[in-house]
Amino acid sequence: MIVLLGVVVVILGFVTRRNPVLVVGVAGIVTGLLGRMNPLEVLAAFGRSFADSRSVTVFAIVLPVIGLLERYGLREQARNLIGRLGSLSAGRFLTVYLLVRQVTAAFGLNSIGGPAQTVRPLVAPMAEAAAERTTGAALPERLREKVRSYAASADTVGVFFGEDCFIAIGSILLITGFVNSTYHQELEPTQLALWAIPLAVCAFLIHGARLLLLDRRLEREMALAAAEHDLPLPKGTTK
Amino acid sequence: MIKVEWLYWLVGLVFVVMAVQMAADRSNPKRWTSAAFWGLLGLTFPYGTGVANGEAHNGGWTLPAEPLGVAVLVLIVLAGGNFLGKGVPVTTTAEQREASAARLGSRIFIPALTIPLVAIVCASVLDDSGLFETGKATLIGLGVGCVVALVVGMLVTGEKKVSAPLHSGRSMLEAMGSALLLPQLLAVLGSIFALAGVGTQVGRIVDDVLPDNSKYLAVVAYCVGMFLFTVIMGNAFAAFPVMTAAIGWPVLIEQMHGNEAAVLAIGMLAGFAGTLCTPMAANFNIVPATLLELKDQYGPIKAQIPTALPLLVCCTVIMAVFAF
Repeated sequence: MIVLLGVVVVILGFVTRRNPVLVVGVAGIVTGLLGRMNPLEVLAAFGRSFADSRSVTVFAIVLPVIGLLERYGLREQARNLIGRLGSLSAGRFLTVYLLVRQVTAAFGLNSIGGPAQTVRPLVAPMAEAAAERTTGAALPERLREKVRSYAASADTVGVFFGEDCFIAIGSILLITGFVNSTYHQELEPTQLALWAIPLAVCAFLIHGARLLLLDRRLEREMALAAAEHDLPLPKGTTK
Repeated sequence: MIKVEWLYWLVGLVFVVMAVQMAADRSNPKRWTSAAFWGLLGLTFPYGTGVANGEAHNGGWTLPAEPLGVAVLVLIVLAGGNFLGKGVPVTTTAEQREASAARLGSRIFIPALTIPLVAIVCASVLDDSGLFETGKATLIGLGVGCVVALVVGMLVTGEKKVSAPLHSGRSMLEAMGSALLLPQLLAVLGSIFALAGVGTQVGRIVDDVLPDNSKYLAVVAYCVGMFLFTVIMGNAFAAFPVMTAAIGWPVLIEQMHGNEAAVLAIGMLAGFAGTLCTPMAANFNIVPATLLELKDQYGPIKAQIPTALPLLVCCTVIMAVFAF
């Protein structure tokens, strides 16, 4: 039972926001020693499992290619393409962005989007502009916040439920690395990535539907806000 | 025959070369410790060949595992003790990138798409050709894909210097810092959990709580467990070894013969659904709120929870229906 303290160390460490690498190291040492390994055995366990799970860090080999492309305007071109979607309504625009984010992440391009890269400079302002164009009035503060929050959510849901369809992503390689070294299996990344596809579809259907509903909700709340605004007007005043 | 170890040596070499670049980069205030970290990480890749040989393949040369364990602890101290720094990226200006994006247009995407394309061809068409070590075609394909993509990329962009992609890649390494190593360390932790018997202990508790042979309850326990653990810790990667050692592997796969790939891949995604709901995953949920200057820092989470909960249900249902 006492070996479970290692799990407690992990949970406490992450909850109290310690450096994750340090938490994992301490938890490993604690668990090993409590599991009746001597210090040399703990070292050997660290070394052997590190060697067996090298596949997890192999994704770093993608970085020079992506780095080269970013140097030559990969992100700028992605922005140019997204910028052409300017005539859509806010909900439709965000739905298309969600799809683009999922598909590009599924091809390993998860770094072309993100809150700093695309959402703040591009997606959120475009969604706001679209909402103001279709409703024909400036958005009140509360709705502006809502549109921005949905813009951030389209990006996050898109990358989370797109990237696992790509084989060289940390989470997929973590699964194969962990299972193959711990349970001596020969699981291949492609098998795992295939199972991520149905959930990517579910995520698109669910979040896409909610983004489309955002249009109606904005219209309704704008109408409501306009009506409230009209109430205190004295009788006989024309607008 | 191309062996997966060759790919590991290539990855190690890339890390070592980048470490040398870092050591020479005076704009990085922690250049020596940064170079030590990435250089040492690079060296663990070829050294690991000897350790892994000793375990899995007989006939090869072997090396003791203990020194590698020491190296891993040194990496942990360097990363955990805030010894990693960043230099000023050697890159193009915003104007140059705009101009180059205008010049190249969407051709810029071709090299990026080459990576998965080559990897898929290697994993499917060439898998039976005997060209690659058995069972490693995808990983090797990824390495081949990156090399091919790098050549294609240099042709498409007209870049002549090989040091350019290495500098750009190094800047990305520096930006990611120790987060790059976290998945591998969590895999290590998972193995140590298993060696020390954490899985059997948790499994015993789970056995007491779960009624015998209740497949559906076990699936729910795994998916909801991944979700909740991730909400608490803010990291699906950290939740994965714990929940998998406890329920995923011993109960769902060994006892109930679930499809390994389906159980584990979907379990991880149930954790991702949890990430959408938690302020603990600050970089995904709180940072965007700050960047977008929202008054309500939970705005993005509120927009995501109504998607995350149905997705958790999808994970559970798909696993229950298709994994057995």
